Amino acid sequence: MWRFIGSRLLQAVPVILAVITVTFFLVRLAPGGPFDSEKAVMPEVKAALEAQYRLDLPILQQYTAYLGDLAQGELGPSFKYPGRSVNELIAAGLPVTAELGFYALLVAVIIGGIAGVFASLKPNTVQDYLPMSAAMIGICMPSFLLGPLLVLVFGIYLDWLPVSGWGDIPGDKILPAITLGSGYAAYIARLSRAGMLEVMSQDYIRTARAKGLPERQVVVRHALRGGLIPVVAFLGPAFAGLLAGSFVVETIFQIPGLGRFYVQAAFNRDYTMILGTTVFLSTLIVLFNLLSDILAAWMNPRLRAQFGGR
Amino acid sequence: MRHLKALLILASLVLAACTGGESNVSEGNRLGILHYGNGSEPQGLDPHVVTGVPENHLIRALFEGLAVKNPYTLEPEPGVAERWDFSEDRRIITFHLRQDALWSNGDQMTAHDYVWSWQRALSPAMGNLYAYMLYPVLNAEAYATGKLEDFSDVGVKALDDKTLQVTLTEPTPFFLQLMDHYSTFALHRPTIEKFGKATDRFTRWTRVENIVSNGAFTLSEWKLNRRITMTKSETYWDRDSVRLNGVVFYPTENIVSEERMFRVGQLHYTQTIPLDKIPVYQAMENTPYVQAPYLGTYFFLINTNRPPVDDVRVRKALSMSIDRQKLNDTVLQKSNVPAYTITPPGTLGYQPPKLFDFDPEQARQLLADAGFPGGEGWPGLELIYNTSESHRKIAVALQQMWKDELNIQVTISNQEWKVYLDSVTQMEFDIARRGWIGDYVDPNNFLDLYLTDGGNNNTGYSDPRYDEMITRLAPQAKTREERFAIFYEAEQMLMEEMPILPIYTYTSKHLIHHSVKGLPSNLMDSLNLKYVWLDPEWDKSSKEGG
Repeated sequence: MWRFIGSRLLQAVPVILAVITVTFFLVRLAPGGPFDSEKAVMPEVKAALEAQYRLDLPILQQYTAYLGDLAQGELGPSFKYPGRSVNELIAAGLPVTAELGFYALLVAVIIGGIAGVFASLKPNTVQDYLPMSAAMIGICMPSFLLGPLLVLVFGIYLDWLPVSGWGDIPGDKILPAITLGSGYAAYIARLSRAGMLEVMSQDYIRTARAKGLPERQVVVRHALRGGLIPVVAFLGPAFAGLLAGSFVVETIFQIPGLGRFYVQAAFNRDYTMILGTTVFLSTLIVLFNLLSDILAAWMNPRLRAQFGGR
Repeated sequence: MRHLKALLILASLVLAACTGGESNVSEGNRLGILHYGNGSEPQGLDPHVVTGVPENHLIRALFEGLAVKNPYTLEPEPGVAERWDFSEDRRIITFHLRQDALWSNGDQMTAHDYVWSWQRALSPAMGNLYAYMLYPVLNAEAYATGKLEDFSDVGVKALDDKTLQVTLTEPTPFFLQLMDHYSTFALHRPTIEKFGKATDRFTRWTRVENIVSNGAFTLSEWKLNRRITMTKSETYWDRDSVRLNGVVFYPTENIVSEERMFRVGQLHYTQTIPLDKIPVYQAMENTPYVQAPYLGTYFFLINTNRPPVDDVRVRKALSMSIDRQKLNDTVLQKSNVPAYTITPPGTLGYQPPKLFDFDPEQARQLLADAGFPGGEGWPGLELIYNTSESHRKIAVALQQMWKDELNIQVTISNQEWKVYLDSVTQMEFDIARRGWIGDYVDPNNFLDLYLTDGGNNNTGYSDPRYDEMITRLAPQAKTREERFAIFYEAEQMLMEEMPILPIYTYTSKHLIHHSVKGLPSNLMDSLNLKYVWLDPEWDKSSKEGG
């Protein structure tokens, strides 16, 4: 098991290095620079600004200097928000985005898991079709549509929940979590249904039934653990995806998270911010993939054997 | 099933508990706290580093200039300086600072603070985008461009602790206006130097725990992308006339969400309003929607070096075949004012010339004279704009009008913001969308755009006589009338050449709760929070009134 983790971590290093390199040179290839603005910038001013951000150095030197800073965990000063470092901006946004992502995942797992298992118990009946068509709608409904719809119904007409904010007014975390989580809930419903259907047709389930266990115990004790493996494998990338993709929901609900910085950085040509968030998120994605692989291995005896575990 | 019922009951209880709270607006009215939608998270709060409208609102609440604009008339009135005198030739201004002008930590404000701050603002290493605001000061430009090393040659001196003498290169009638621009504000030297070199852009001096300011409010909380809270200052010289106890600024980047926040009482004031909501609010009785002319013009640049628009007749034909009134009434939901020139009407009383009107007949004639009768032989033209739904709508409308009236093809293409900026500065376009918002209230701020090789000219327009009028004759005019007459003549010359296609004058568009008082509309959309107050009894007074 440890060898597996070690080798996966080693594989991650060149991947992340490649991400850094490609991003570093790509952002500089994009037309327009961080200091271009609608009003003409005087050449002296531009030169002074470039000197303050080391942009006057040859590009390879900029690259090695950046790698040097990165090795010390320094992501550099932001171009768009002078006086704030990229580390600080990520540190400010990450807890919020992570919390939002966690709640969304919770929503997704609970609703999706229950719906999927429920549907798999009586395949091709109403009990199956109903949650599965709901899931289909959930997948198709983009959050920029669902979010405002929820706000309109629960925030404005019913006046039950706040329309925006994060941690300012009680209850303001409910709608964003549901909006972000619903798409993933739909995926999880489909995954868990498929997983459960496969497991339920296995020999050991028939054995369990044959020895006279009640159906409930068959499902909960024996089928769930195997049936939910695809879901667990999905959770890691899903959480990373939630972190990187919460931009839309953060914008709709005015949530001070990481996603807004990430997308705005690209528009602003905020070089250090683009690089910093990309490096940070790609590292997270690699880590979460690894984590879900480990978890899946732990849940699946056959895979465990492969890694030399007991 | 019983579980489900219990769960539902629980859920509705939780929901009910959530809605028990008082809205921001009614709580704010009670406590004297304004909840203000400020558009976006500021880049920062260092007046020599940042640019932008949200930053302007924040900085002008925290700091005050030598002179401030009266929110009703926009004329300068005393700020940190209680009075000022002009020399005979109007080139020397002596500012007398108030004895009771204090920094928020209790330090006296002195004339030396200004000398030091202006040096910082003009330092080449600072990279201050607004350094040019101080260029009317003698030798300021030379210092800012590195041609002059010694700051003592720049025309700003502290005669004593409370007297500041400023020498200008030429008489500059709008100089007092500039004293209300944040790049000319005094900053607290010991605070800045405590956290780094004077010209460092990256220090922590503007953080809540560090910042020292001199305005009507002090910074009390800054939560990134969430809110910025200010409290009434205890040291501000005119604190007795400040009626608000605090202000909360929200970075309302998403204007659709901002409108929803206003609707449920989370905001007193919105920075703007989505275009498609305007008719709804306009139709409302006793509407909170406030629309007023704004010191900005929406127009298109024409590259006068490229055929076929190098021919003035073609440029005029294009301009005259645009039905601006119709465009404004339909596409723009009557939200703006059709424009026929660059300077917005009513800039300190200045009324710009109007040389033409929607005249498709004459447009067709001009196009025929230029060699394209009925659009025959037209080589095609491209119009670029930065990606945005509203710009696209306007571009499509123009394309259609030109097709209908002149029978010519114009292709339109959108470019991402920074790509578009690059195209404009490199003049890689035939026609390009542009907007200009005034930094100070004076026709000069619009007309000096078209000086030969001006950094924001971007059209290739050049006329030595025009340059002479704007840079030499206008500043020497004795009276405002005389000066405006020169501007009028210059602007006529400019529009005779039509290097731009003016489309409309901007308007400011806000939703303002009826409890907010002392916040008049003005051309600069200039907010002076010192005058603002909240009336908790607003619904009673409006009922009595109506």
